[in-house]
Amino acid sequence: MQTPAPFEYERATSVDGAIEALQRLGSEARIVAGGHSLLPMMKLRLANPKHLIDINELAELAYIREDDGEVRIGALTRHVDLQESELLARHFPLFRDAEDVIADPVVRNRGTIGGSLCQADAAEDLSSVCSAAKARVVIRGTDGERVVGMEDFHVGPFMTAVGAGEVLTEVRLPLRPGAGSAHEKVERRAGDWAIAAASAAVWMEGGVIADAGIALSAVGMTTIHLDRGEELLRGESPSDELFVQAGEIASADCSPSADGRGPVDYKRHLAGVLTQRALRRSAARALKEEA
Amino acid sequence: MAVVENLPSPTTERPIGFGRLKRKEDARFIRGQGTYLDDIELPGMVHGAILRSPYAHARIVSIDTSAALAHPNVAAVVTAKDLETLGLAWMPTISYDTQAVLAGDKVRFQGQEVAFVIATDEYSANDALSLIDVEYEPLPAVVNARKALDPDAPLIRDDKAGQRDNVASPTWEAGDEEATERAFAEADTVVSRDIIYPRCHPAPLETCGIIADFNPETGQLDIYNGNQAPHAHRTVYAHVAGLAEHMIRIRCQDIGGGFGNKVPVYPGYVCAIAGSIVAGVPVKWVENRSENLMSTGFARDYVMHGEICSKGGRITGLRVDVIADHGAFDSTAQPTKFPAGFFHIVCGSYDLEASHVKVKAVYTNKAPGGVAYRCSFRITEAVYLVERMVDALALEMEADPIDLRMRSFIAPEQFPYETTTGWTYDSGEYAETMRVAMDLAGYEDLRREQAEKRARGELMGIGVSFFTEGVGAGPRKHMDILGLAMNDGADLRVHPSGKAVVSISCQTQGQGHETTFAQIVAEELGIPPEDVEVRHGDTDKSPYGLGTYGSRSTPVSGGAVAVVSRKVRDKARLIAATMLETRPEDLAWEKGRWYVKGDPEKGAMIEEIAERAYSGDAMPAELEGGLDAQVIYDPPNLTYPYGAYIAVVDIDPDTAQVTVRRFIAVDDCGVRINPMVVDGQIHGGLAEGIGIALMELLSFDEEGNCLNSSFMDYLIPTALETPDFELGETVTPCPHHPLGAKGVGESPNVGSPPAIVNAVIDALHVTHGVDHIDMPCTPARVWAAMQGRPEPPQ
Amino acid sequence: MHVSMTVNGEQVSREVEPRLLLVHFIRETLGLKGTHWGCDTSNCGACVVLMDGRPVKSCTVLAAMCEGHEIRTVESLEVDGEMDPIQHGFHERHALQCGFCTPGMLMTTRALLDENPNPSEEEIRTAISGGICRCTGYKNIVSAVRWAAEHEAAARQEA
Repeated sequence: MQTPAPFEYERATSVDGAIEALQRLGSEARIVAGGHSLLPMMKLRLANPKHLIDINELAELAYIREDDGEVRIGALTRHVDLQESELLARHFPLFRDAEDVIADPVVRNRGTIGGSLCQADAAEDLSSVCSAAKARVVIRGTDGERVVGMEDFHVGPFMTAVGAGEVLTEVRLPLRPGAGSAHEKVERRAGDWAIAAASAAVWMEGGVIADAGIALSAVGMTTIHLDRGEELLRGESPSDELFVQAGEIASADCSPSADGRGPVDYKRHLAGVLTQRALRRSAARALKEEA
Repeated sequence: MAVVENLPSPTTERPIGFGRLKRKEDARFIRGQGTYLDDIELPGMVHGAILRSPYAHARIVSIDTSAALAHPNVAAVVTAKDLETLGLAWMPTISYDTQAVLAGDKVRFQGQEVAFVIATDEYSANDALSLIDVEYEPLPAVVNARKALDPDAPLIRDDKAGQRDNVASPTWEAGDEEATERAFAEADTVVSRDIIYPRCHPAPLETCGIIADFNPETGQLDIYNGNQAPHAHRTVYAHVAGLAEHMIRIRCQDIGGGFGNKVPVYPGYVCAIAGSIVAGVPVKWVENRSENLMSTGFARDYVMHGEICSKGGRITGLRVDVIADHGAFDSTAQPTKFPAGFFHIVCGSYDLEASHVKVKAVYTNKAPGGVAYRCSFRITEAVYLVERMVDALALEMEADPIDLRMRSFIAPEQFPYETTTGWTYDSGEYAETMRVAMDLAGYEDLRREQAEKRARGELMGIGVSFFTEGVGAGPRKHMDILGLAMNDGADLRVHPSGKAVVSISCQTQGQGHETTFAQIVAEELGIPPEDVEVRHGDTDKSPYGLGTYGSRSTPVSGGAVAVVSRKVRDKARLIAATMLETRPEDLAWEKGRWYVKGDPEKGAMIEEIAERAYSGDAMPAELEGGLDAQVIYDPPNLTYPYGAYIAVVDIDPDTAQVTVRRFIAVDDCGVRINPMVVDGQIHGGLAEGIGIALMELLSFDEEGNCLNSSFMDYLIPTALETPDFELGETVTPCPHHPLGAKGVGESPNVGSPPAIVNAVIDALHVTHGVDHIDMPCTPARVWAAMQGRPEPPQ
Repeated sequence: MHVSMTVNGEQVSREVEPRLLLVHFIRETLGLKGTHWGCDTSNCGACVVLMDGRPVKSCTVLAAMCEGHEIRTVESLEVDGEMDPIQHGFHERHALQCGFCTPGMLMTTRALLDENPNPSEEEIRTAISGGICRCTGYKNIVSAVRWAAEHEAAARQEA
């Protein structure tokens, strides 16, 4: 079997301890949580950090709760817990949609939302989920905490707003009335990365879409925020024609690359189809027409 | 061997002999007590790792091993130069080519072996790989078989004197070109297709590995290895290492899947052996999954052009031209007289007037191989071609694909049937098997459902395939591998207690031999299966034979065990006659007992006969003491299992995802020793067929980089992509096999890919005009076909 | 570094390199060979063991991460010569051929039944979708889990 290069290891006993370790050990140190992105890369020798700071014991970072008009998720919350959370399913059903098709059930026992977001793989489902849900994330460093919107979180491929010596601690999802959301993904086989995926959320008021969030996975260098699509929907009544138009915007505004999963035209096509489907289900859920 | 105490005894619940007997070997596997190669540790053992080429084609300018040698845990670094001094830098292949063990002058495929590190442990061996510095001078690579034949294609095998192109072996032909020309000239309908069977990989869950343990004091070489043909390997090593065969012992214990991947002798094996001979300690080498996918024996990679014709509503002729991509070295396994394997069974299950086949093998800058993955020596390629062509013909004729097949089948009374390419099919009632499949599937209902769905814009496809294959190589006058006749031996010893040991030369990798071969002895002799130990996998303790692949275990070793059991039974008869003071011809047999005809109370059970055979009491004049026998079985012919498969697929009209909703498989493999084991083999092969049809692909870019060298990108179906298989059976005994049995292990992989592809096309033909698509039918490729732009796979 | 954990109910403590993967800790350090490995990229599931009762891919967990945790491997299923119903089910329903994926499948399905004593076919297929079997085509594995579920339910009735 392929095996990682040697490294030093520390187990963090507190979030501040992890931050201190990052500061002390410098750029050759990496945080490891679930490890299912980092460890495979280390085994293939594509990543060779000299120090690992294990944060798996920071139980204080694993929670899903309602607080101050938001659903707040600790960064160390495992995929399986996101999938099984009734609180999350009630307010943000797109999480369960996504978790049902993220990796496989065994991997979901270890991988975390913090790890997924920070890995910043453009094909990462939770990145588009959090973007569509208008999440903000809490980043803590030696200078304290700051809150960053998802639109500013993904900076580039595998690059996020989390700086050296900082740790992502929490994801905050605003609770607003009239919400409905969905995530749609096409993959070559169960557990595979998306060929394309679309996350959508709508907030309805008086039969009209007051606000919308649309984000796409796997069809760009990072998560695609479909600003033009969201603009189109605001103030409109939900309808199939509207969603078809939004799908057209999705096809046009994404920038997929050709690879083993598919060529550019197919991915653009999927972006459109899946955006439509995700919006249709979001609206139906918002109007309580669908589970 | 572990005895399972709290499981019910088979004999109280099952008949002795043939039947759905639960497996004896399960006892250790369900406890996690199997002994697979990587489980074995020997005192003083060291670990090997292989440095592999990142380039598909490059000169090796220099290799600097000094940094690796300086690593405290590294014992040695072996390169081609070191092997040259031992005469081991190149090794012979089963196809009479040579293959580099470690690359010296050039690397010829990405992943080719360049250096072998030996270290104290696996982690250190892996670390040492990154300390070896190789300077390469990249060369243009060719990975497309057609392009490899271009006059200006880079010459890959410049190591072979006189080689001026990338042709690996002379074009092989079968059938009658002129007669076929006539059939086509007289035909009502002619259809042609370019059909690719893409490169895929058997990818057993356990990768390949070896422990080589040379004892310098005794000169004995002990090898632990999961391979499918231990005796053949021993002969090869004796030849390559210059050791006497009796000084080499190969032990294959538990093997985590073979599927043809564990037939070849790999460079890693030779390196480990060389390492052990030089160092005098055991050397273990186990490949990782990337190595397995990038360098070990792949499967298929056939670029085919097929033409088929019909007259009067029946299929009359077929011709096929194939370019076979063998990779950088020709290391395919097949009987010597059949360099294209059994591809010429492409004439199929139909009473053709004529057929003609041409196969040309080429070199490319890819890993060597081609014959693997339950292929029955290229029958997977052949059946895929013919069953796709028959469907293409049906489309053109606007005929129902089943009707066309039924009208064209070889009829039962025509057996034994000599095909237009020289096969003699043994037995078959094809129409009956097809009808059983149709009933099981509810074919008419499916067609109705399809029409209704189509009206609503839903895409559903029904695909059929019918195959005849030939397995159980084979008769010694026709079939040898490297000059070794494809016969198999069996030794049967019945002990004084009446329990027995049967030693066989085939090699299970999950096929249930410890149970099924005990069942044969049980059926023939009446000794309960739990009292028959099946010995295999140890060249010191089993008779010579050519191993397990090509579904040959039941046809050849099964025949051997039946024959040897009958020899023992005949001896038992003579002893019983002496015991009962009568003549042998006055005795009749019921399972487990010889008794006096006309006085059935008077008899001798096999256990009593066994006891007598070893006792001091009088024996018949013709026999020495003991109760045993030994045979080498030379099968008179292959056996010809067949089957009718029906696939039902649904295709998402917007995303083009293909789901196999149902798969109906009706197999006729003659008499079934253990129907439970047969069913299991079929389930597994069908899952593989789904993988090949929908997602498995070894693809390469223009520079020869392998794009599917891990399980992240070489996709294998999970439980979510495979339906609840529906199996049926018909039983048409094999007239020449001692048990009436035929082989079956590969049939599901032979028959299923064309059924699935035919179903995909069936789903898309009317609405989208699709009349061909190549595998794998991934969503992207199906979508392109739906847009009218089908593309062959890379 | 030093690592301590419970493996199959027993406390174990060993000196390990930080980079030692749990699968190697189990196989090489502890000599428990029932847990297998089959890939480099966390896809095949041959290495699945239970960590605090949940299936994890031991090739993608560091031994160091298991400090203070509870690990169960296939060797823990048989207790005092009595096999677990899931083991019986695999034997009864011919849910194994080469046996290489079997320990991972046994641990995955044992955990499934612990959480969901009456799983549907779909739930079983989903639960084992993190593992690859090349031999069985999964049909008999599903059947084996149903066998075990029914036998455990019957045993609970009688109790």
